[in-house]
Amino acid sequence: MPLLETHALTASYGDFQALFGIDIRLEEGETLAIIGANGAGKTTLMRSLSGVLKNEPGSISYRGEAIGALDAPDVMSRGIAMVPEGRRLFPSLTVEENLLIGSYGRKATGTWTLESIYALFPVLKERRRNSATALSGGQQQMVAIGRALMSNPDVLLCDEISLGLAPVVVRDIYAAFPRIRETGAAIIIVEQDIAQALKVSNRIYCMMEGRITLSGKPCDLDRDAIHKAYFGADGHELA
Amino acid sequence: MNWLDTIAQGILLGGLYALFAAGLSLVFGIMRLVNLAHGDLIVFAAFVILLLVSLLGLHPFVAAFIAAPLMFAAGWVLQYHLLNRTLGKDILPPLLVTFGLSIVIQNGLLEGFTADSRRISAGALETASVSLGPINVGVMPMLTFGSAILAIVTLNQLIYRTSIGRAFRATSDDVTTAGLMGIRPQRVFAMATGLAMVVVTIAALFLGTRANFDPTSGPARLIYAFEAVIIGGLGSLWGTLAGGIILGGAQTIGAAINPEWQILAGHLAFLLVLLFKPRGLFPRAVD
Amino acid sequence: MEQLLSPTFKVETRTGASAAFAVMAAIVVILAFLAPLLVSRGAVQDLFFILTMLVLAQCWNLLAGYAGLISVGQQLFVGCGAYAMFALVSLLGLDPVAAVLVAGVFAAIVAVPTAFFTFRLYGPYFAIGTWVIAEVGRLLFAQWKALGGGTGTSLPRDATREMIGIDLLKSLFRMKSAEAGDALTYWLALVLALVTIGAIYWLRRSRNGLGLAAVRDNEQAARAVGVDARRMKAMVYLTAAFLTGCCGALIYVQKQRISPDAAFSVIDWTAYVIFIVVIGGIGTVEGPIIGVIVFFLLQNLLAGYGSWYLLVLGLVAIVTMLFAPRGLWGLFSDRTGIQLFPVRRILKGGPLEHKQMGGPNG
Repeated sequence: MPLLETHALTASYGDFQALFGIDIRLEEGETLAIIGANGAGKTTLMRSLSGVLKNEPGSISYRGEAIGALDAPDVMSRGIAMVPEGRRLFPSLTVEENLLIGSYGRKATGTWTLESIYALFPVLKERRRNSATALSGGQQQMVAIGRALMSNPDVLLCDEISLGLAPVVVRDIYAAFPRIRETGAAIIIVEQDIAQALKVSNRIYCMMEGRITLSGKPCDLDRDAIHKAYFGADGHELA
Repeated sequence: MNWLDTIAQGILLGGLYALFAAGLSLVFGIMRLVNLAHGDLIVFAAFVILLLVSLLGLHPFVAAFIAAPLMFAAGWVLQYHLLNRTLGKDILPPLLVTFGLSIVIQNGLLEGFTADSRRISAGALETASVSLGPINVGVMPMLTFGSAILAIVTLNQLIYRTSIGRAFRATSDDVTTAGLMGIRPQRVFAMATGLAMVVVTIAALFLGTRANFDPTSGPARLIYAFEAVIIGGLGSLWGTLAGGIILGGAQTIGAAINPEWQILAGHLAFLLVLLFKPRGLFPRAVD
Repeated sequence: MEQLLSPTFKVETRTGASAAFAVMAAIVVILAFLAPLLVSRGAVQDLFFILTMLVLAQCWNLLAGYAGLISVGQQLFVGCGAYAMFALVSLLGLDPVAAVLVAGVFAAIVAVPTAFFTFRLYGPYFAIGTWVIAEVGRLLFAQWKALGGGTGTSLPRDATREMIGIDLLKSLFRMKSAEAGDALTYWLALVLALVTIGAIYWLRRSRNGLGLAAVRDNEQAARAVGVDARRMKAMVYLTAAFLTGCCGALIYVQKQRISPDAAFSVIDWTAYVIFIVVIGGIGTVEGPIIGVIVFFLLQNLLAGYGSWYLLVLGLVAIVTMLFAPRGLWGLFSDRTGIQLFPVRRILKGGPLEHKQMGGPNG
């Protein structure tokens, strides 16, 4: 049985439908990448998975339980943690307090503690008492990831963690992923950086206009197929 | 006129106003809610204390100690079931619902207790005084001021050193992301109002023992609380204390010049601050 | 490539229901003018009360529902208008009818520094700020010994007996002085109510009204498209102050006795008004009309019950705000889509025609 899966997941914002019957599955311990252009529905999918958006109960199941209609605190307490798009650190809290609040709703024992997160991202230890928003973009991203890890989740959702960051910084952040995977967590990343997504994932899904247009293992998919799935049949050629 | 005495009185009065204001400041800081029934809730708490004193023959301080958890529960329920429904982007519903609540509380108290003026007797403490150098200060005002400091210190410790305090600040920053951390904003808000009601109970104790009160005394207390918060600046509890002291000082000095001018002097001080520093003297939060 | 042929569009606000209503309204207004000749003196006094509360409600609604300025200090202008009238009549011997107008102007003048202070505050802080300034007004006027200080005073007896038009009424309709006085104040109230409703309706239909709605919904966005938000809000605030001041003055011409606590009462001039607007329907012209009728009926129903009356009113307001935030009229209007004072701009006109041309580049 897959760890997390969706069944014909739909979502709308008022009159605007963002997701049209999405079926994806996530197995234990695997890293899934979801790629697609802006507006494809990737973030809507993440918001549905994390409980920020409410859906039909049966449209999302986690370890066999129907969690589609649960709200974010309930989803989070079951072990699905989110690194939200734009990082969304709490400005009134210091770096350390931002990390600590990550385990507010779920006090699970496991690998991740303050100390082990500081070991993963050493620069944060020096800045632990600074206001979270005083850090650079890359460091903030580390805090956001660390914050999600503090609840020792079984599923980690990462929404656009490379957005707005220099390639060097993105590399450093993704360098931490193997260690995260070692602890057994399954990861879903949403990425616009296709190369990075292909490098780090076991399987990818491609989305366009609210639908899955392609799925498979990175090694099995060729560039043209991804291109078509990403941009559509009559899209422009990439330079 | 003994200036030193007047100023001392003013500062101590500031303690009472800071107690009025602290709960308001806390609730506004966390959920951007201004409860127009805040003053009436202080009066309500005073009546609860009065009931406990007259029905059970308790000392007012003991009665307040018992009333505090009752008020906490009342505040929790009020926020969770009524006021949480009004929170959202529109500022109209919370304003109008709390205004309606203010009218309901006042008239409920009028029906229950009549319009008679009341006082909570604290026995010998009421007139006891202590001499501090050239001036004499009352023991009750000292206790009031001391309680204000204690309340603010405790609240600050709660907000900056505890897990629930982190939850308060996170929720106030970003409700949605707080949810992703497993924080339930509805409960956090209820908790905040409950805490505010505990402070309100302390304020009620010192209000009731200091002066006469009746069911319609609420709105004036709301105005003083509000003035103290604005003068001090949004988001800072110590600022609220400063605001209370300035307000108390202005009122006492005005009263010393002409007793009819006491309240007016306070309002004028408030308007003066508003004129030069619209965000208060020590603002911390960004709205 | 598609090419749009220029369509023919018209912006209209008239609807079927509103046209029918206009006819009915004209009949009602004519009847209203005839009222003092048709109904008892007690009924005229009731109608006076209804009309003056309606004016106050429309003014508060103008501020809160249209301009997003939620004031809990409207009693400042009622009190200032009332006291200005008293001063002009008692101390300067001016005719009460003229004094009402001058009082309105005085209230508008008071609104200038008030706006200056309170516009620095937002949301709930604006609300309480207006309340504080009203309190300052109350306390200041209570110091004015010539007008009775804290306990208040009465109008000189001949002042109301010799108002402009009283003699005419007495000879035309054979009324006694008091009756004529009631009739005159009633007609003035009717005129004021019609002027108020007319002004608000006109404002809503004008370009300024659109700008105002934009400011209420999103001030920054409105500024971005060139709406001068501050000026708009100030104009609305001063207009409301003027009308409220006139109304306050008129109310106290009829009451003939004033005191600071009464003239600046937050219950009488703000709480009741807010309930009327909330229960009737905020942000519409129709709402306060419905609200004032409901309010009047409730008041008569619960007249003997002391504080229960206000308690019930408060509960009704809370329940209404939670479950029917657009009031009784909002419920009706949402179900039926009817607007009696239509302000929605409806785009009517020919359909868009597309001409199909070929190829990806025309």
